[in-house]
Amino acid sequence: MAPTARQTTRPPVERIGPIEWLRENLFSTPFNAALSVIAMAIIYILVVPTFRWAFIDAVWAGDSRDACLAVNTGACWPFIENRIGQILYGFYDEAERWRANLTLFLLAAGILWLTMPGMRGKPLVAVLLLTVFPLIAYVLLTGGFGLEIVPTYRWGGLLLTLVIAVTGIVLSLPLGILLALGRRSDLPAVRIASVLFIEFWRGVPLVTVLFMASYMLPLFLPQGMSADKLLRALIAVALFNSAYMAEVVRGGLQAMPKGQTEAATALGLGYWQTHALIILPQALRLAIPNIVSTFIGIFKDTTLVSIIGFFDLLGMIQAGTSDAHWSTPSTAFTGYLFAGAIFWIFCFSMSRYSRHMERVLSAGERR
Amino acid sequence: MNAETAPHAVEIAGLSKWFKDFQVLKNIDLTVAHGERLVICGPSGSGKSTLIRCINGLELHQAGRVVVEGVELTDDIAQVEAVRRDVGMVFQQFNLFPHLSVLDNCTLAPMWVKKVPRAQAEKAAMEFLERVHIPEQASKFPGQLSGGQQQRVAIARALCMNPRIMLFDEPTSALDPEMIKEVLETMVELAETGMTMMVVTHEMGFARTVANRVAFMDHGEIVEIAPPEVFFNNPKSDRTKEFLAQIIH
Repeated sequence: MAPTARQTTRPPVERIGPIEWLRENLFSTPFNAALSVIAMAIIYILVVPTFRWAFIDAVWAGDSRDACLAVNTGACWPFIENRIGQILYGFYDEAERWRANLTLFLLAAGILWLTMPGMRGKPLVAVLLLTVFPLIAYVLLTGGFGLEIVPTYRWGGLLLTLVIAVTGIVLSLPLGILLALGRRSDLPAVRIASVLFIEFWRGVPLVTVLFMASYMLPLFLPQGMSADKLLRALIAVALFNSAYMAEVVRGGLQAMPKGQTEAATALGLGYWQTHALIILPQALRLAIPNIVSTFIGIFKDTTLVSIIGFFDLLGMIQAGTSDAHWSTPSTAFTGYLFAGAIFWIFCFSMSRYSRHMERVLSAGERR
Repeated sequence: MNAETAPHAVEIAGLSKWFKDFQVLKNIDLTVAHGERLVICGPSGSGKSTLIRCINGLELHQAGRVVVEGVELTDDIAQVEAVRRDVGMVFQQFNLFPHLSVLDNCTLAPMWVKKVPRAQAEKAAMEFLERVHIPEQASKFPGQLSGGQQQRVAIARALCMNPRIMLFDEPTSALDPEMIKEVLETMVELAETGMTMMVVTHEMGFARTVANRVAFMDHGEIVEIAPPEVFFNNPKSDRTKEFLAQIIH
């Protein structure tokens, strides 16, 4: 018989429901069941006391250490409440904090615009964010043009963390791309220079680099010629991370089939056109997971600036915990929990957005 | 000398090329006339792909001359890019750009290399997509098309640059048998427009019906070159006879 009327069969009905789900995913074999029980026990032992400590037994109101001194109290949240200004802005003058707020608001608005699906004018916003915004941010944060000067040694807290992280992220990606292309260049001078640069920065710890930039560099520079200490730290962070970014991007470039370059070349596209239009859009998409990992690393490594005398988010909290006025058994834990939570929110957001990007970008080209 | 007055579409003299110590092309002389359709066949490793890749500078030759539409391929990158604008190429593996739609694949080079405005480039691209019979796929991505459709897009993409010469590097070798026909038909239609074509292929039926001349290459040399009726019915060289005996059943 000719198979004219094609029979369509349904896939077998999936068993659904919580009991089936548990059986299938947690208790499918005795071994898996044992693992599940052990894992749940560990979660219980860790999570429940932490939750009790942080929320149920916590102290929520008070204006000095006395509030948090009772036996068996949990987290001392008044400490955070009392210090929140410094945790967010460092020693940035209180009357001028609106400038930091405005800067961060502009940044957040720009990023939201770029990350929200379906927004119009994304290319324009991206260009503004990369060209005009840094100038506005510079003037707003440091002062000038009628604004009071706030020297960078007064900056701190989350503001400083974000300044370092955002500069590091924004500068390291383009620098890293150029270095990665340089390392694959046919021109020996460019290739050797790129390799030397990358391997130098990957070979030294960031702590050393920061230390050199802040304490050693001024000794070598001629008298009167000195850049701002924060600026030196920012450059150090950017150069250091661009070396890592270069290797991440190179990984993406190496995964590209040779035929893509050949097809673009055969169509008459030059080197830069081929890379900008054909190779990098594909290679960077392949590299997204690693690029975002590097971003997250940059964000977390900002805490290292505390060794050159800056008080970033973590440094500010740490400084607060040694204040006798707030010295209680739970102050330090509360502070670190708070710092950890803020770092986690930022890093987890980046991670989730990168997953989303991967899905969106691969939608059209499933093979 | 410009293309209008160039006596030949392609003129190759004393062309030699080495990969490390291995000589892939040995002192090749070949002239292709305007509007000529030349099929190049030969066993794998005989240098036929390398030969046509020398014509648009994807491979650099180390000795001899390659002159395409009156422009010699030299170390001067401007010269090479001028040649590439005149020469379209179709690859065995299609090499479409997977992150761009079919239409964008076709408009990219005209817009960025020839600075054609988008609307005009898209109009031209649609005309070529119609010529290869897949205008309805214009908004799809390459990954959503069959191999035969992808190869036809690749042909349309090359044609969008209005090349004077089209190079085909084993255009049907990566295709399933039922898709070879649709690509060959597209190539036959292209041949009917008078396009200069150099085709590396094992499709002897195509060579027989479309080619003006068929060249047989072996070990980096053109062993024999003749019109198809002579080439297939009356080959002179023993190596050609042996090769034909192997591929024609």
